[in-house]
Order: sequence, then C-alpha cells, then structure tokens
Amino acid sequence: MSDQTLSPHVFVSSVLLEPAPPPVSDRGPVRWARAHLFGSVPQVLLTLFGIWLVFAVIPPLVQFFLIDAVWEGTDRKACLPADVGHPVGACWPFIWAKINQLTYGFYPADERWRVNVVYALGAVLLLPLLIQKVPYKRLNAILFFGVYPVVAFVLLTGGNFGLKRFLLGYLGFDGLFPIGATVAGLSVAFWADFVVSSALLALGAAALARFVAGPGAGLGAARNTLSALGILGAVLLAADIDVGLQPVETRLWGGLLVTLVIAVTGITASLPFGILLALGRRSHLPLVKICSILFIEFWRGVPLITVLFFATYMLPLFLPGQLTIDGLLRAVVGVALFASAYMAEVVRGGLQAIPKGQYEGAMALGLPGSLKMRLVVLPQALKLVIPGIVNNFIGLFKDTTLVLIVSIFDLLGAMRAAFTDPNWATPTTLFTGFGFAGIVYFVFCFGMSRYSMALEKRLDRARHH
Amino acid sequence: MSIDPVIAQAEAGAPKLAVEMVGVNKWYGQFHVLRDVNLTVERGERLVICGPSGSGKSTLIRCINRLEEHQKGRIVVDGIELTDDLKRIDEVRREVGMCFQHFNLFPHLTILENCTLAPMWVRKMPKKEAEEVAMHFLEKVKIPHQAHKYPGQLSGGQQQRVAIARALCMRPRIMLFDEPTSALDPEMVKEVLDTMVELAQDGMTMLCVTHEMGFARQVANRVIFMDAGQIIEMNEPNAFFSNPQHERTKLFLSQILH
Ligand SMILES: Nc1ncnc2c1ncn2[C@@H]1O[C@H](COP(=O)(O)OP(=O)(O)OP(=O)(O)O)[C@@H](O)[C@H]1O
Ligand SMILES: [Mg+2]
Repeated sequence: MSDQTLSPHVFVSSVLLEPAPPPVSDRGPVRWARAHLFGSVPQVLLTLFGIWLVFAVIPPLVQFFLIDAVWEGTDRKACLPADVGHPVGACWPFIWAKINQLTYGFYPADERWRVNVVYALGAVLLLPLLIQKVPYKRLNAILFFGVYPVVAFVLLTGGNFGLKRFLLGYLGFDGLFPIGATVAGLSVAFWADFVVSSALLALGAAALARFVAGPGAGLGAARNTLSALGILGAVLLAADIDVGLQPVETRLWGGLLVTLVIAVTGITASLPFGILLALGRRSHLPLVKICSILFIEFWRGVPLITVLFFATYMLPLFLPGQLTIDGLLRAVVGVALFASAYMAEVVRGGLQAIPKGQYEGAMALGLPGSLKMRLVVLPQALKLVIPGIVNNFIGLFKDTTLVLIVSIFDLLGAMRAAFTDPNWATPTTLFTGFGFAGIVYFVFCFGMSRYSMALEKRLDRARHH
Repeated sequence: MSIDPVIAQAEAGAPKLAVEMVGVNKWYGQFHVLRDVNLTVERGERLVICGPSGSGKSTLIRCINRLEEHQKGRIVVDGIELTDDLKRIDEVRREVGMCFQHFNLFPHLTILENCTLAPMWVRKMPKKEAEEVAMHFLEKVKIPHQAHKYPGQLSGGQQQRVAIARALCMRPRIMLFDEPTSALDPEMVKEVLDTMVELAQDGMTMLCVTHEMGFARQVANRVIFMDAGQIIEMNEPNAFFSNPQHERTKLFLSQILH
C-alpha cells in the first residue's frame, strides 16, 4: 500500500522542510500607498484630510517665518510694511536685539560670563551622562548631581553668604558664640554653632537609634548623621566663602536662565522625592503611609498658581522675622514639591505592575528590604513608567512659565517685557516673540521626548534580543 | 558526604537538624491552612512533599524561609528560630535557597548578574569572586554560555536551571523547591530534574514540593503526603508508593499514577 491510498485523515511526513525566506512583502510606492493610504473609504477620507491639513498649515507658516520674514535691522522701521514696501512676516531683528534679555534677564552685563560658564558646564557634564557609551558614569553622576549644583549656585549668586547663625543661634543660644568675629571672611559664630549643633545632632541620633533599634545601632546612626552634616557643611562652606564674585540678587535673574534653573531643579528633585513618596505610600508603617498620602493628595489637589502665590505672598507672613527666604528659591521649592507629588503617583503605577514573584525572589535570596527595592523592584518599575516620568518632566518644564504670576521673569516673562519696548512695536512683534519662545520650549521638550524614546528602546533591546 | 567542594564547604559546621517544625499552625484570615504540623528534617535529607491542590504544600515550605508567617508553633531552621526579628529572618534566608514554580528571575539583569546579585550585596563578596562562583554553578546546571543573556531569552527549562544556580550561589545549606517543573513543557522537565538529582547526589538538604513521582523514588529519603493543611502520611518512598496506608493517600496516588 502506498501513501496515497491511506485515508485522508492519516498522514506521515516523508520530507523535512528546509527553512525558506519570508515572502517579499508588498514593496513599491504604489502598492505601499494602496495598503497604507487608500485601503478603504475611511482611510481615503483620512488621507485626503491629512493632505489638506498639511497644505493649509505648513505653507503659511513657512511664508510668515521664513519667506516674508525680515532678518536684519536695528529698530522697528525694518519691520514696518509701510517702510519696507512689502508684507512683513516674522521680525527676527527684534529677537536678536533682545537676545541678552531673553537669556540672562537683568543679570549684570559684566557678570554674564558666569551664566555662560554654568550653561557650558551643565552641557559638558550632562551630555556624557546621557550617552551610554561614555565611561565613568559614577563619577560623572556625582559631578553632575553633587558638585555641579553647588558650583552653579555659587557662580550664579556670587556666594559669600555671610551666614550668621546655625541651629543653636536660631534656637536662642546666640550668646554662646562670639558674634561678629570673623576668620578669613567666615563668621566664627556660625561655624562654631555648626560644629556644636552637628555634634549634638549626632549624639541625639545615636541615642534615638539605641532606643529604637538596640545598642548596636547607635554608632551607625551617629556616623550617618555626621556624614550627612559633613556634606551639608561642605555645601554651606562653598556658599559662605568669599570667592571674590560680585553678588547678584535673584531678582535680577531672568529669561532662559530662570526657566532652566526652575525646570532643572524641579526635574532633578522631583524624581527622587517622587520615588520616596511612592515607596512611603506603599509602606507598611501607618505613619509613613498616612504622611505620604496626605502630602501627595495635598499637592495634587492644589493648583500650581496657588502654590506659587502662597509661597511668595503668604509664607513670609508665617515665618519668624529674622528668617527670609529668597523669592526664586521659594518658587523653585514650590514647583519641586508640586512635581514630586505627581511623580510619586507615576512611580507608584510602576511599582504596582511588578509581580509578587519578583519581591519573593529577592526575599528568598536574603536581600533585605531596602536592597530588594533598590536592586530589583525599582529598576523594573521605573523602566515601565519612563513615558509617564518624561511626560511629567515636559509638563513641569512648561509649567515653569507660571512663575510669571509671582513676578519672576522666566523666558516667557522676559519676552513679554520685551514686547513693551516701543522701539520694536510692529504688527508682527508679538507673533515673532511667541513663535520664538514656542520654538525654544519645543526644542527642550522634544529633546526630552526623543531621549526617553531612545532610552526605552535601549532598555528593551537589552531584554528581548 | 558532599562531592561538590563548594556545597561541602557550606555544609561544614552546620547544626545536625536542618529544619524543625513543632506544632506549626497558620491561618489566612479565618482559613486554617496549616494545622498542627510537626516535621524534622535532618541535614542531608531529601524530602518530597505531595498532595492535592490547595492542601498547603506551598504554604508549608514558604514558612521555612518566612515568605509566609506562621502564627502558632515553633520553626527552627539551621539552628535559628524564626521570630519577628528581621535580622534572623534575613540570616535564615541567606542559608536557605528557594526555587519557585515561575522561576522569579530578575528580567532586567543578565543571567550572570542574577547569580551575582545576592552574593555581592548580601554576602559582600567581591565582584570577581562572585562571578567565579556564579560561573561554577552555571556550569553545574549546564548553561555557562548563556551567562550574558537575559532571562527572557532563555527557555523555561533553562530559566529554572538558572534559578537553581542563582540560589546555589548563596551557598545555601538547605534548598526549597516549590513545584519547580510544573510550569514547564514536558520535554524540559527532565533537564531540571536531572539538575536536582545531581544536587541531591552532592548531599544538599532538599525539600521539594513536586508531583514527579519518578524523582521522588529516585532521590527522596522520605515522602510526605499533605491534605487539608495536615501531614497525613509520611514514609520512605518505596513503602509510600507501593503500600500507602491512609485512604486519602491511596486515592491521591491512584489519581496521579493512573
Ligand atoms: N495569600 C493567601 N490568602 C488567602 N488564602 C490563601 C493565600 N495563599 C494560599 N491560600 C489558600 O491556602 C490554601 C493552601 O494554599 P497553598 O498554595 O499552600 O496550596 P498548595 O498545596 O501549594 O496548592 P497547589 O498545588 O495548587 O500549589 C489554598 O486553599 C489557598 O487558596
Ligand atoms: Mg503550591
């Protein structure tokens, strides 16, 4: 009996099929267009609508910003159609004329090099951190997140804060220290206060740890407290020392400088705070949990404008008289806390997506709670929510424009101030200005977006192929 | 006595009793999962635990490394009694390795990193040494060449063997297995069982929840049958399979052995 005579329900394969290449998919522009643009009636309509939209939007924009635009000139006359003799689009000389104001605000002209150094240093430290192939990531991160903020702070403000009292001083023990005495421009009273306060704090922490966690914990707690205070001391010393720079009040800062200061601080602070809050919200300790929930819900429930208003106009009323906090600092802190609350919820979403098995796998290996979170759970959770995190970053970047409400002149604020210059009052100044600001914001936000997409792709590649 | 030098080294100086459970009770809310469980496991013993679904097998062995908390009774593991003391729990977990039904490898780390993570962070082993130990055990489970891949790129059987290697890298004195082969395709079951048999031959103290009766016959010193949260019957494998005493054991064996 041959194979053919077997019943059609019985089959024995006689050849092993070799792997064949996949079929050549429909290539060629016509077939591609048929498949992707004109496959069905709704698709045809959508395609036509899309084409119409492109033709309706792009040419006028190009016409306005490029073809009809004026590129050179020294005042409004260059941009008045009557004087030029043809319709005028964007008035770019206006931007050139105001570019300093837009980048530095009212930062004194002679001191602008300091802002430039901060910009350049930031770029030099940030770029290698973002590019995966560059080595020394650890050192780079310490420099960018640890050293750079202090350097930038001292450069921008001028340092030499003339600190007068630390904790004990504010608690009313002024008399203990020699007021007024200085060594190398540093107040003896402050630094004596700092040393004594630190010692007391370390002792207190050690006692508390002994009381809570047993006698073994005291030394560790004291050491941790001292190292934290040591870092604080180094930062304060950097801010206190007279480096010979002229002080520049933050009232004079403006434009892109302020936008970047607020956005970068908010972004770098909101992620770690958000993670801590998210962990706190999932904590088993009731007090930690309740505090986290209250914090998150409070900041999410209040509009940013209210926060800024409160920080600027109400907070001073509550603070003791001798304590004044810089206006920009208040806005920065407000923005950072506000962003942290949002970030916390994004991170919590990621934490919830991590299966129980991952926790158990880590626990079964003997990883204590903190390491379990840091090494196993958080890396996976954060990777999952990169789109949400970057979404928050972008939102935060654009929300910085709200500081205008409390008379801080960010890029948009500086732009609006520039509009009032009668030398540049032309029919298209406003459009040019807003167009330019839009481009600047777009470049930053689009950059973040693209980087996050590349990052996601890289992390994904690591996992699946 | 151990054949594998690394395992033998871990064993030296360990207390004679590996696990001691006395009157252990556990409840999930109102539900009484473990009912007065008494069990001692000696060093080097290999126990197989079987029983119908929901009988509390997983709960029992998860109590041994405190992935579940018991509410009554005493559990002493490797000479350390399990209490609320977090330090002791971590100590016990360091000495007790565990393999799960779904492997629970860390998908964001390579195979090698999965294996070196705990030795480096918990045992404070230098990276180089941890990698050497990891490669030793990856060779033992026969997947050294996959060391730089990610778990998602491996087959189920390979992943489970990595999970075994990962646990062994901590040089545990006791290994727990919770149905290590029941999420695997049949053709991968054998490679994992072979690894476990080899581990048993090295003298590792093992507690396995499994329904692989061939494995039980081959390596177990004792087989335990659980039902409704209690130990119903316990015997050495030959007697257990050929001559079960309790009605429920007979019924269960007739169902799984056909
Ligand atoms: N976290 C929990 N909360 C409430 N009940 C639970 C929980 N975990 C398990 N149970 C219940 O406890 C009982 C025992 O569960 P356990 O997982 O130990 O069974 P098992 O013998 O391992 O079963 P299987 O063979 O299906 O894995 C089951 O009835 C289960 O529904
Ligand atoms: Mg189970």
